[in-house]
Amino acid sequence: MSRTTEPAATLTVDDSRSGLLLFTISGHLDLTGAAALWKPAGELIEKHRPQRLQLDASGIDYCDGTGIGLLVELERRMRLAGGTFELRGLREEFTRLHEQFDLDSLVELPSSRPEPCCLPEATGMAVVKTWQALKTLIYFIGELTVALMAALKRPQSVRWRDVWLIAEKAGVDALPIVALLSFLVGLIMAFQAAIPMRQFGTEIYVANLIGLATLRELGPLMTAIILAGRSASAFAAEIGTMKVNEEIDALTTMGLEPVPFLVVTRVLAALFVTPLLTLFANLLGLAGGSVVLLSLNYPLVTYLNQVRSAVGFGDCLGGLAKSLVFGIIIAAIGCMQGLRTGTGASAVGDAATRAVVSGIVLIVIGDGVFSVLYYYLGI
Amino acid sequence: METAAKPIIEVEGLSAAYEERTILDNITFTVGRGEVFVILGGSGCGKSTLLKHLIGLYQPASGRVFIDGEDLAAAWGKARKALLGKIGVMYQHGALFGSMTLLENLCLPLEEFTDLPEPARRLIAAMNLSLVGLADYHHHYPAEISGGMRKRAAIARAMVLGPQILFLDEPSAGLDPVTSAEMDELILRLAGSLGITFVIVSHELPSINTIADRVIMLDKDSKSIIASGTPQQLAHSNIPKVRRFFARQAGNG
Repeated sequence: MSRTTEPAATLTVDDSRSGLLLFTISGHLDLTGAAALWKPAGELIEKHRPQRLQLDASGIDYCDGTGIGLLVELERRMRLAGGTFELRGLREEFTRLHEQFDLDSLVELPSSRPEPCCLPEATGMAVVKTWQALKTLIYFIGELTVALMAALKRPQSVRWRDVWLIAEKAGVDALPIVALLSFLVGLIMAFQAAIPMRQFGTEIYVANLIGLATLRELGPLMTAIILAGRSASAFAAEIGTMKVNEEIDALTTMGLEPVPFLVVTRVLAALFVTPLLTLFANLLGLAGGSVVLLSLNYPLVTYLNQVRSAVGFGDCLGGLAKSLVFGIIIAAIGCMQGLRTGTGASAVGDAATRAVVSGIVLIVIGDGVFSVLYYYLGI
Repeated sequence: METAAKPIIEVEGLSAAYEERTILDNITFTVGRGEVFVILGGSGCGKSTLLKHLIGLYQPASGRVFIDGEDLAAAWGKARKALLGKIGVMYQHGALFGSMTLLENLCLPLEEFTDLPEPARRLIAAMNLSLVGLADYHHHYPAEISGGMRKRAAIARAMVLGPQILFLDEPSAGLDPVTSAEMDELILRLAGSLGITFVIVSHELPSINTIADRVIMLDKDSKSIIASGTPQQLAHSNIPKVRRFFARQAGNG
């Protein structure tokens, strides 16, 4: 006879008869007690491999769900090994609890997650998902275009108060970060360009570089990327949470379609603030470049004249036209991902991530398209 | 009912306030071991606030709450953890973790608080799910099941560590009469076979009549308990507000 003693429950073993293992469990079989006996009991069964396991449970004075779990586990193990299990002396109240479990359904332990699907199934599912996402995108673009046209025809139908509020949050509040990043990018770029150019005595052309790069590319692009990170994610999270809380359903049943009500206001706000922020970013980028040339002892007026000679009004307008499109992309993608949110807290996080990632990708692709277009148009 | 033994919950002069607004004023009651105790009252009378004080989520403005003889608000560190181990809570909307399957939701507390091997954790989680009638939903995510199922899964999660007291916030609110009756049966079954003490916030009269050993009724105006006793005693109370509450609900039911 061996004995495993634990503070809460005790397991006594009698293995004197061949093929038969006798367990006596007594004491408090709660979470602590059952957890302490779980492993030793399993190991004893493994060691003796009995055909019959008899459990004397008359000494159990308390048994909760986990305690019953231990009894079920012993029976399960015996069944799996093709043996028999006899439970004796369990008090009536615990027997009633024990009887509530359907052992047949517990013989095969469930895995904690559904089995991962095989490669063809996963591929098929991915294709279907992508196709559905594409359909949603097309549907959304159509719906948004119709809603924007309707807003153009009847501007009084737009909730302008919301538009200004969103414009303030997405635009005015973004000024410090746009200012900081544009200024630093202008400064760093000018500094990096000035070092090799100085070897040829052409550092004044840093002004041309900064002027062209900032106004045509970096100003609109940097602003759009900052807005995608800052506002597209915010739109997605806000609308996503509304979706999770059934607020979108409530709007729909009130007869307020979510696209005109939520998306148009955000797109209009983004259309309004993105060019303004881009203009601001352009100025700060140029200011960043000027710091480098000032430190190289060029007067400010020389820098400004050089910039003016290098870039024309068309470059600035071209950049601003791009920023308008970027604005629409940022707001529309943010809202679309928000509306596509599934259920649960993690779905909102996924929507925000998708909004930022697909927003930035589309902005960069859009920028490429503009570059080709401007090249052929000679802008 | 074993109210003669030392009560498992003692509330002494509890007051609760949100900033300046007093919600509960000087509330005193005890809950006996193994009792199904119902906190009753109209909306906005502080039922859920009281519950959150009982489970130690809020600090009382004054007064004390004892769980199994220990002051929950004063307990810190290990003592608090041990005390919280004695209670399980089902929140009104389930509060299951959306990114986990039901089985994982139940395995999480077992993983954090016990030394059970992994298969044992899955077995106990599966058993608790089958106890609430969700044996076929191990791999479902909370978003994929109905509200009633979510509540049952939440009860299973609250039970998984073998608590002595289960706090249920409106277990049958928003459920259809059949599911609501099933929920009542489940509570009675658990109270009977596991000897768990239940503290239930509810205003569903049919359900209260079926399950409650003792009821207290909170009142919005006096911010305190206006009646306590068995459901039958309250139904025949002399206090007009209590009688009205019961008569109106019975009319609805």
